[in-house]
Formats: sequence, C-alpha cells, structure tokens
Amino acid sequence: MDMTNMTDTADPLVIAGREFGSRLVMGTGGAPSLHVLEEALLASGTELTTVAMRRIDPAMKGSVLEVLDRHGIGVLPNTAGCFTSGEAVLTARLAREALGTSWVKLEVIADEHTLLPDPVELLDAAERLVAEGFTVLPYTSDDPVLARRLEQAGCAAVMPLGSPIGSGMGIRNPHNIELIVERAGVPVILDAGIGTASDAALAMELGCDAVLLATAVTRAQRPALMAGAMRRAVEAGRAARLAGRIPVRRLARASSPFEGLATAGS
Amino acid sequence: MIVVIGAGAIGLGIAWRASQRGLPVTLVDPEPGGGASHVAAGMLTPVGELQYGEEQQLRLGLDSRDRYPEFAAELAERTGIDIGYRKEGNLSVAYDTDDLAFLTDQHRFQESLGLRTELLTGRECRRLEPMLAPSVRGGILAPDDGSVDPRRVVRALLAACEDVPIVRRRVREIVVEGGAVRGVRLEDGDVLAAERVVVAAGSWSAELADLPVRPVKGQILRLHSPYPFLTRATRGLVRGFSMYLVPRPDGELVVGATQEELGFDSRVTAGGLWELLRDARTLFPGVTELEFKEVSASFRPGSPDNSPILGFAGPDGLLAATGHFRNGILLTPLTADAVADLLEGKEPPEAIRPFGAARFAPTGDSR
Repeated sequence: MDMTNMTDTADPLVIAGREFGSRLVMGTGGAPSLHVLEEALLASGTELTTVAMRRIDPAMKGSVLEVLDRHGIGVLPNTAGCFTSGEAVLTARLAREALGTSWVKLEVIADEHTLLPDPVELLDAAERLVAEGFTVLPYTSDDPVLARRLEQAGCAAVMPLGSPIGSGMGIRNPHNIELIVERAGVPVILDAGIGTASDAALAMELGCDAVLLATAVTRAQRPALMAGAMRRAVEAGRAARLAGRIPVRRLARASSPFEGLATAGS
Repeated sequence: MIVVIGAGAIGLGIAWRASQRGLPVTLVDPEPGGGASHVAAGMLTPVGELQYGEEQQLRLGLDSRDRYPEFAAELAERTGIDIGYRKEGNLSVAYDTDDLAFLTDQHRFQESLGLRTELLTGRECRRLEPMLAPSVRGGILAPDDGSVDPRRVVRALLAACEDVPIVRRRVREIVVEGGAVRGVRLEDGDVLAAERVVVAAGSWSAELADLPVRPVKGQILRLHSPYPFLTRATRGLVRGFSMYLVPRPDGELVVGATQEELGFDSRVTAGGLWELLRDARTLFPGVTELEFKEVSASFRPGSPDNSPILGFAGPDGLLAATGHFRNGILLTPLTADAVADLLEGKEPPEAIRPFGAARFAPTGDSR
C-alpha cells in the first residue's frame, strides 16, 4: 500500500455504512453562477454535496441537482432556513419524497443574525427524524455535551461548527472540537466557519473525519482555485493526523545529533 | 421571412432594429411584453453589480449601457414615448461592518479594472440620499450607471414596431428540415414559414430549442411616494442580503428582488415579501409610510454562467437571443443591434463574441 497517499482509496470516510473517497463535503450556496459552482465542485473532488431544499425545485431542468447528477456527486438535502423542529421535520420529509434519499443534513437555526443552531429544537428534530428512519447529520454548535446527546439520539454523524456560517472566522474553539472528536463514536464533520485552506487542514489535524464548507469557496474571488486548495488542505490535514504529530517542546531539539561530531585537533 | 419568438424587451428590440433595416420580421408571442420585462426593475448597473470573474460580462454591459442615451432618444423621436432613461449613477450602501468590508473589496476590484467609482462614508451616502438610515456604514457611487423604466421601454418598442406583424399565439415548436429552419408551428398547428427564427423567449427558450436556460424566479414590489424619496437606483447590502430600490419620476419606487430556483412557480410568497420589506425598511425607515401598489413575480432566463446566449445556434437559420438573466433590460440595445447585424449578414459588435451558444456545447447534450 502506498503509505504516502492514504487519502483516496485506502482511507475512506464511512458514514452510516456508505463510503466516500473524499473527506470534503461541499455546500452549494453563494456561487455567482451554476457554471462557476460546477467548476468548483469538480476541483474540490467532493462526493457529497448539500442542497437547500427550500431553495430549489427538484423537478426543474438545468438546476444544481442536474449538475450533481452529471458528475455523480451524492446529494445531501439540508433543512436550511428552518427555525423550528416542526419545519425541519417537514422539510426533511419533502426532501425524501422529492429526491428519494433518507439522508438529511439537519439544520435548525436560532436566529437569522448569528445562524447559530438552536440546540433544543435540534435535538428534538433529530430524535423525530431518526425515529422516522432518516440518516441524520446534524449541524450543531461546538458543545461536546450536545454532540454526545445527538449521537445518543441516533445521528449518523455530528457536525460541529468552527464559527458562525459564512463568517470565515475559522475554528474558534479547537479544544471543544478535540473533545467532541475524542468522545465521538460517529464521524465528526467540521461544518461552518472555514475561511481558508489552513482552517480546513486544522480541522483534520484536530481529528475531524471530514470538513463541510461552502462560502469559503463559492464567494472566493476564484472559486475553483480555492476549491482545489481546500481539497489538498483536507488531504494534508488528514495525512498529518494519521502520521502523528510530534509533541510540542519548549526548547529546541536539533534534528541531527551533536554527538560524535568531528572536533578541531582530533 | 424572419420570425422572432418572444415579444419582451429583447424580441421587440430585435424586431424594431431588423425592420428599420428593411428586413421582413414577424413577432410571435401570446402576450407581448407580459413576461420578465413587465416585472423588471430596469437598473442599468454593470459597474455597481460587477462580480469577480465576470469581466467579459462587464464589457457587454458597459457597451449596452452606453447605447441607451441614443436608444432612448430614437424611441422618443419615433414614438413620442419617454422610456424613463436616467443616468444618475448607482449607489451601493452597506448596513453593517461586514457589508462594508464586502463593498470596500468590491470597490478595489472596480478600481483595478479602471472603472470610475467612488467609496463614500455613511454621511456622504446620506447627503446623496437623505432618506437612508443613519446607521448606513458607507457605500460606493458608480456615477455612470443609471436606470430605465422597462414597462415604458416595452410600450415604446411596441409603438415603434407598429409595422411589424405580431401573431398573438404560442409557438409549439420550431420546424427544422434537413438541418435548416423552415418556420414555427403554432399551438393550433398552423405553420408560419420562415428561413430564420430568433429565439427570444426568455425562460421559455429551453422548451423551443436546445438552449441551457432555466427560470430564476424573482418577486418584486412597487410602492408609490407622493414626495421625492430617492434620487437614484440604490442597492443595499443588509447583513449579507442584497436588495435594491429604483425610483421613477412619477413617484413609483420598485423594491426587488428575490432570487429563487423554483422552476415556473409564479406564486408571490409571504417570505419573499417579508424579506424585501424587512431590508427596505432597515435601509430606508420611511418606506413604511409609502403606498403599496403592486407585487409581482416573474422568471429571469438564467444560463449556466449567468450570461446571455447570442447568435447562431444549432440548425441553419436559428438564432438565440436569450439567457440574459438579471440583465435583459440592460442588454436590450446591444442585443437588438447585434442580432439585427447577424440577420443582415453583417459583423456584430465585438463584445458579444464570447457569448455564443457553442460555449455550452460539451455539456449541452446532457442537460
């Protein structure tokens, strides 16, 4: 096995028994045009992409769904724009009917200025959707307790935020993300807040199983170029995690030994 | 004979220009001027709405925008109808710090392309538009942009096309034989013979020819102010949401617009209205005092890269003039001139060259 590149076939991401070669999940919001979005998705190498069910008509010709279908990219419908558990459950049901998938990215938003998850509504919706047979991937705050409760409710993954949606502020509380990763029995997908490639690499170095991002790519000056950067950052971060980083030391440690050096006059 | 399918601003403009050159044109549309042209706000803002990666679209927009003064003057002379062309610039304003950061970046991009724009403080914005909320953080003035009243444009073009026959029926299909266009078959089975057919049917173009155009729904509302409320087309960024207001000399104030990928769903929704009014009120607290006149929804013809599809497409004799997305009114003068050139066998303006149907060829078959 080629140990220098474990990120494609050797090391798949597995969510609810389904394997993905790519650990980058993409969102579709914010792209200036479908054409730009298509280029960016291809450059990202993603195999799973979220689509806001409230923003599209699945039957329409020439929609984003056709772009995904054309390239064999899996669709992950999301419940963006829902403020209550009831709306989210309804949206997930409509998505299942329209797209024939029981996978859903569950998003229940507390207010439209921070777009932070409403933890109480989120857990409630997760429980209801799991009971209805959905494969639920909840977008959650970076609270290790809530992440655990979502897992216990039967969610197939947990998706903590790095910072608010679209903010590009990166990972504000790496410690919490590490705590979530350490205690999770399901994949952890860092969702929201990624601004640039190093943020995505950091998420993977912290032990996340995948990264979900949209704005950082779709609103970049050159989306396809940024998408390629994110792809490589996720691969690099994953490889670094698997490779095992060195401990941080307070003082220098020479990479080559001082002992046995030739000295003058010997 | 030349058949132009679609009598919105684009189809009417083409028919007018072609008939001026003595070409035999017939327009076919069940409801002339009834589509997106009737709902459009009419902003002529290629600079104010510039996006990264759209430098070619910018050239197209600037070319067409700068044809408007003459276009308006010619129509006024021919028909006596003033199309409401105004060149008072476009103001973009930012509501919060994040919005201002976005506009500041946009201003840098505009300047890097040599465009004339001015970065303004909040107070400077309010000197230009005193009804703006005091909390506005800053903005950009694009002094060469402007606006026009699309309903007047359609009315004037209809009047200018008085010698052009208009068949008020729906086209069922374009008749093609031996790789060449023979005419159009109407909904009742009648065939209008033609050697050339121009598809200017907006969002419905994909039903007639192999053109990658989809409907992008927009909801828009119209208020009326008895006193001067706004001087120029103003775009607002409100917590990341983009909206605009366009004033007319008769007191009409157009507030737009949602952008929704919902197919041919023409319903006006509570949420659509609420978003528009919420952001309008945030930027202009005084709008709540204005009279509510109208709300409507229509479909922008969107292509995969948001740019128009112009020129020969597919079988011999078939021309496309569609996919103008949010810029149909802006691009009407240029599209009309360019398609008339093509119909006459002349070299069209350079700016349209990147916008042929061929650019979608690799993926066009798997739509």
